[in-house]
Amino acid sequence: MHKLWASTYKEALLLVRDIGGMAILFIMPIVLVVTVTLIQDSTFRSINDTKIPILWVDQDGDKVAKSIYGGLEESKAFTIINKASEEEARELVFNGKYQLAIVIPPHLTSELEQKVNRNVGDLLSKFGLEENSPQDQRTEVEKKEVVLYFDPATQITFKNSIKNGIDKMIFKIETETIYKAFQSQMTDDETEEIFDTGNFISFKEVSPQMGEKEIVPNSVQHNVPAWTLFAIFFIIVPLSINMVKEKNQGTFVRLRTNPVSYLTVLGGKTLVYLSVCMIQFGLMLVIGVYFFPTIGLPALDVSNKLALLFLVALFAGLAAIGLGLLLGTLARTQEQSAPFGATLVVILAAMGGVWVPVFIMPGFMQVLSNLSPMNWGLNAFYDVFLRKVGLMGILSDITLLFLFFILTTSISIIYNERKNVV
Amino acid sequence: MIQISQLSKKYKNAEEYSVYQLDLTIGDKEIYGLLGPNGAGKTTLISMLSSLIKPTSGSFSINGLTYRKNKSELKQLIGIVPQEYALYPTLTAYENLNYLGSMYGLKGKDLKDKIRFHLQILGLEKFSHKKVETFSGGMKRRVNLIASVLHEPKVLFLDEPTVGVDVQSKNVIMEHLQNLNDQGTTIVYTSHHLNEAEKFCSKVAIIDHGRIVIHGTPQDLIARTGDAHNLEEVFLTLTGKALRDYA
Repeated sequence: MHKLWASTYKEALLLVRDIGGMAILFIMPIVLVVTVTLIQDSTFRSINDTKIPILWVDQDGDKVAKSIYGGLEESKAFTIINKASEEEARELVFNGKYQLAIVIPPHLTSELEQKVNRNVGDLLSKFGLEENSPQDQRTEVEKKEVVLYFDPATQITFKNSIKNGIDKMIFKIETETIYKAFQSQMTDDETEEIFDTGNFISFKEVSPQMGEKEIVPNSVQHNVPAWTLFAIFFIIVPLSINMVKEKNQGTFVRLRTNPVSYLTVLGGKTLVYLSVCMIQFGLMLVIGVYFFPTIGLPALDVSNKLALLFLVALFAGLAAIGLGLLLGTLARTQEQSAPFGATLVVILAAMGGVWVPVFIMPGFMQVLSNLSPMNWGLNAFYDVFLRKVGLMGILSDITLLFLFFILTTSISIIYNERKNVV
Repeated sequence: MIQISQLSKKYKNAEEYSVYQLDLTIGDKEIYGLLGPNGAGKTTLISMLSSLIKPTSGSFSINGLTYRKNKSELKQLIGIVPQEYALYPTLTAYENLNYLGSMYGLKGKDLKDKIRFHLQILGLEKFSHKKVETFSGGMKRRVNLIASVLHEPKVLFLDEPTVGVDVQSKNVIMEHLQNLNDQGTTIVYTSHHLNEAEKFCSKVAIIDHGRIVIHGTPQDLIARTGDAHNLEEVFLTLTGKALRDYA
């Protein structure tokens, strides 16, 4: 035990003496979480402060165009800039000055009404309620297109949400027009309401509750656990560099001649770097709870969850350290350990759902994500933060994290024994 | 006593053996010099004796203990002064020695006293709380030596302990080693400083191409080698004057 404490003290001294390294370990994760949360906050807010400027070319000038315009304004997501010419709007968007231009074609309202009225007339005549209009005397109504120009650099998710939004608005307008057509055919009194045109089916989002309080996810609740986990796993870079340095300085060779086990050497590193992880995590929580509200972000809610959150951080830290010990054992140079470690963390984060939710990944990636310790950690954090679970709910995830630590540390020890010891 | 029997080492992908079927006995309390040109196999031999690399074949024992059966006891019995400084540059001399002494199971006042004693003898007491990265080469060599003798090993292996140090540091190091030997420590060391070895060693072995060319007391070797007047002439006569560069 004395050797373990001596190793731990030595590792702590080495870490404390590296002021730059300490700053990176504690300040960079905070910068990361604050930056990412600020950026992503808008996507979680119901009332959006940031508006995207879009171009609007109205060649219809009638009810349908006004209705779509109203819908866009109502969304409060856009600043709408009117343009008279489709060509000008297209140029501006394709040159990347704007993300989107919406072009409403000429006579959209009148021709939509014309088509709907004709269909309604045909339908009523089938029931004998209306005289047949001679088919051959009718002029064909061409199909209309609302044209959307997107900046080629626009992300697909943004494109899809715009297309879905416009599609929904058009569908609603068409439905309303059909109702109106029926109404005008069946009564001369425009004020009489024959149909209830309100939505029959609506949806209600039910969130889990903590006591009487509803748990409503926000950007902070999502980002703090995800990016804290990312920062915790980045510990593998300084840890592996620390081990490679020992090899290069010759101190590792000296330790191999001493009557001390590799497990003890790794134990000292584990205790120190685990403490770093816990301090990192504590700092993140402090930032989330106290600093975020001062910059206009929602406060992180940690009420009644602190113990479970630290438990998850502890096991996530162990998993990260296990990976760092393995990398440090295998790598011979800092040129091997640092880039590989950093890239590995990014890959594990991507696989684990830190950037893109696992449920929207392709099938095989969803299977692969189950192998990422970051996925287990993130699930456990979300379970505590958002899904209102207790210790039993996170037990499987923290067990996986712990087994990962045991596995990676064991491989490190076995590899070291086989490679180095007589 | 160190008994080496038919000890060989061939590195992976190497064409030749670095040490080949080497037999040697080193008695208790001897100062034994392993001399040889670059690539002769000196460091490989010391590395095998200090458990750093695995022999390809053969065996050895130190005071009757072998690595296969008595690994932990054997590590406690020996001390190794490696060619590199093998210290933590950002730790002070005291912190380095405190940690490395702890790895031999030393602790508390006993460890503190030993560190102070050796630092004082080697003229480093007033620098004990300075970071090693600020030390000169000679100072680092002295701390390197202390780190290997704190636990009072019965056998001390030194791989070129005076390389790159000034005359004063070398003198202090050699005096300290002599004192340790006087107190009963067996010393096995490699060096390219043949004058130093001639004065310091009770016995020497000249190694070339992984084999012992000659061994005995320095005086005996000089007497047995034609017109040689000193160990350097013996060395050049037996190993030749051709350069021994290797990569």
